[in-house]
Amino acid sequence: MHGDDSTKKIMYGVVFAMMPAILVSVYYFGLDALRVLLIASVACLFFEWIIQKYLIKGPVTINDGSALVTGILLAFNVPSNLPSWMIIIGALVAIGMAKMSFGGLGKNVFNPALVARVFLLISFPVQMTSWPKPKAIIEGFTDAVTGPTPLGIVKEGLDAGKTMSELTPEIPDYMQTLIGQMGGSLGEVSAIALILGGIYMLIRKIITWHIPISMLLTVVIFSGIFWGVDPEHYADPVFHLLTGGMLLGAIFMATDMVTSPMTRGGQLVFGFGVGLLTILIRMWGAYPEGVSFAILLMNAVVPLINRGFKPKRFGTKPGVEIKTS
Amino acid sequence: MKLKNNTNMMGTVKTFALGGVHPEENKLSFNAPIEVLPLPKQAIIPIGQNLGVPSKPIVNRGDQVKVGQLIAEAGGFISANIHSPVSGKVLKIDNVIDSSGYKRPGIVINVVGDKWDESIDRSEEIKEDIELDSQEIIEKIKEKGLVGMGGAAFPTYVKLTPPPGKVADYLLINGVECEPYLTSDHRLMLEKGKEILIGAKILMKALSVDKAIIGIENNKPDAINHISELVKGFEGIKVQALKVQYPQGGEKQLIKAALNREVPSGKLPIEVGCVVQNVGTAYAVYEAVQKNKPLIERVVTVTGKGVKKPSNLLVRIGTPLQDLIDAVEGLPETTGKIINGGPMMGKALASLEIPIVKGSSGVLLMENEESKRKPENPCIRCSKCTYVCPMGLEPFLLVQASKLAMYDMAEKEMVMDCIECGSCQYTCPSSIPLLDYLRLGKTMVGANIRNRNKK
Repeated sequence: MHGDDSTKKIMYGVVFAMMPAILVSVYYFGLDALRVLLIASVACLFFEWIIQKYLIKGPVTINDGSALVTGILLAFNVPSNLPSWMIIIGALVAIGMAKMSFGGLGKNVFNPALVARVFLLISFPVQMTSWPKPKAIIEGFTDAVTGPTPLGIVKEGLDAGKTMSELTPEIPDYMQTLIGQMGGSLGEVSAIALILGGIYMLIRKIITWHIPISMLLTVVIFSGIFWGVDPEHYADPVFHLLTGGMLLGAIFMATDMVTSPMTRGGQLVFGFGVGLLTILIRMWGAYPEGVSFAILLMNAVVPLINRGFKPKRFGTKPGVEIKTS
Repeated sequence: MKLKNNTNMMGTVKTFALGGVHPEENKLSFNAPIEVLPLPKQAIIPIGQNLGVPSKPIVNRGDQVKVGQLIAEAGGFISANIHSPVSGKVLKIDNVIDSSGYKRPGIVINVVGDKWDESIDRSEEIKEDIELDSQEIIEKIKEKGLVGMGGAAFPTYVKLTPPPGKVADYLLINGVECEPYLTSDHRLMLEKGKEILIGAKILMKALSVDKAIIGIENNKPDAINHISELVKGFEGIKVQALKVQYPQGGEKQLIKAALNREVPSGKLPIEVGCVVQNVGTAYAVYEAVQKNKPLIERVVTVTGKGVKKPSNLLVRIGTPLQDLIDAVEGLPETTGKIINGGPMMGKALASLEIPIVKGSSGVLLMENEESKRKPENPCIRCSKCTYVCPMGLEPFLLVQASKLAMYDMAEKEMVMDCIECGSCQYTCPSSIPLLDYLRLGKTMVGANIRNRNKK
């Protein structure tokens, strides 16, 4: 007997969970956000359809919602002023290269939207790092047209020899980062909208807490140690949590079922790895932001994690090998 | 692992900790008292009714038989006697279609009257004093052909004969009935509670244990209350209310829930000092030991969403399915499949001629829409199957191994521990028929193991 859960329900559940962030992005970045969202989604669906129909010549499954999720996540990961043709290239990379070339839904090793984001970032570094400022809703927010992200400000400032106290006036305060009053990709700015989506997915049991919590806790502890030792040269843990793609990554990207480990233990290790790599890249890497790279790197070791972390078998003591002969 | 506990009027309600699902219960027939089904015109008695070796027929074509007369002897250690459930004339000993859908040897009897063997006490009187000693009880249970009534049909006397060196300290009576739809055990507890408790006492005596627990899920509060009330007159027996969670009726899950003991992988419950018997078996034990009555009839739930009159019927073994369906006012037009057992573990039946056997606990007339398999989609590696597996297995991995015929890997990943509860299949969002592949894997790996042991 089958229950009434389905892949479709899960995928559209994810889409629903992304609604707050979608609405916020449209509010903050206006019609441009809508343009990016639409082009990314339609392009992803189109590429999946054309590849399934004419290249693989198999069943067309664009209704299952997975390509739509990839499309929206791709849009979430780019600036709202990205030229349309670049978005279309991103969609082709996500669906064609990262998903269909591995065999389609369920078989890809890497998160398709992130592969596309990193591809675009490396190919078009200028356009991918020009961040439009969101519409101001609280006072004290400068209304320049574009500017760097808070992470970029901190990275450049620290590299130029400035201290955190000198940089503090230049970066948004906690309240601003919480509601998304800062430069960034279109889906990543509002922590509150992302957390709402995360809570919904937890209640619907689309995701479990293991990956996000282990990832964020690692970030807090690791960045906290450095900040505690030298607050002038390291940003504080809350700043790390609320800026860049941290929450978008923790809630929507690292939790991708297909590319994350299968057991709770494995998921905790996965989250730990993503958190650690993110902070390593943010602190000492060439890029100000490291969430996408961290997730993709950890995606690559998921098969190993799956081998190492088995569920606790009923009637066995942990660590006891079962003899086969 | 900690037990999930919570308290209410039933005392502490327990359950098992690992995995599990909660399908819609659909206990449509829980209010229907047990009715006696009229005798069939012809009884068809497959000789392979129990787990293990089939029985050997000892009657010939044309013989006259009485109800309760031995007609087939146990064919080995794990085997059971079969007694005639009807009186009449043996028509033939031939291949008959059984619940597996295959034709296998069976005894066909044309029913004439209802003449019982004189040694059987048919009075209504409840006999409480247990006169036989432990060894005599086990002999009696063996002689009367008792097998587990919960579905697996494992010969009961074997369970009562622990291997050397193993001692039981607890008897568990399984009144969980966690399969959706089925209510035969529920009704039996309500209507034959006292007999079940005497049966439990007999089993305790046979095993020389002084403690017994009756596990009942708390979706049957009337049964919990009724048995709790009756149990006051029985020393050493207590009722344990259990939180509804499938597959709690699995032996290993029940032991874990009731006693927090974990049967080691590949071992039997006796390893942790437990013997588990179904309430139906306890009732059959009462009848066999106190009334000298062999296992010739059983309660069968006949149910389904489209069924006009979902019922619990007392049916003679060998009665064809058609008679049961007639008793619930016919096959609904919307029926898609007829399932032997419950919707989670049951298998579809191929014909209405298939007879009821000792292990048939229910017949589910599944609605057409529900019975259809949904199209299989790609695995999205969501791990839900792993989370719900009550044995801590990774069904997705075992299924992959089965599909690719990698049976060594399936064995290493402990496919033989699978209890075939179907929780993984129930929870799979991609509608992958996981249980089919798990059963395939178990069959192949089981054959490999047997071949290896022969060498």
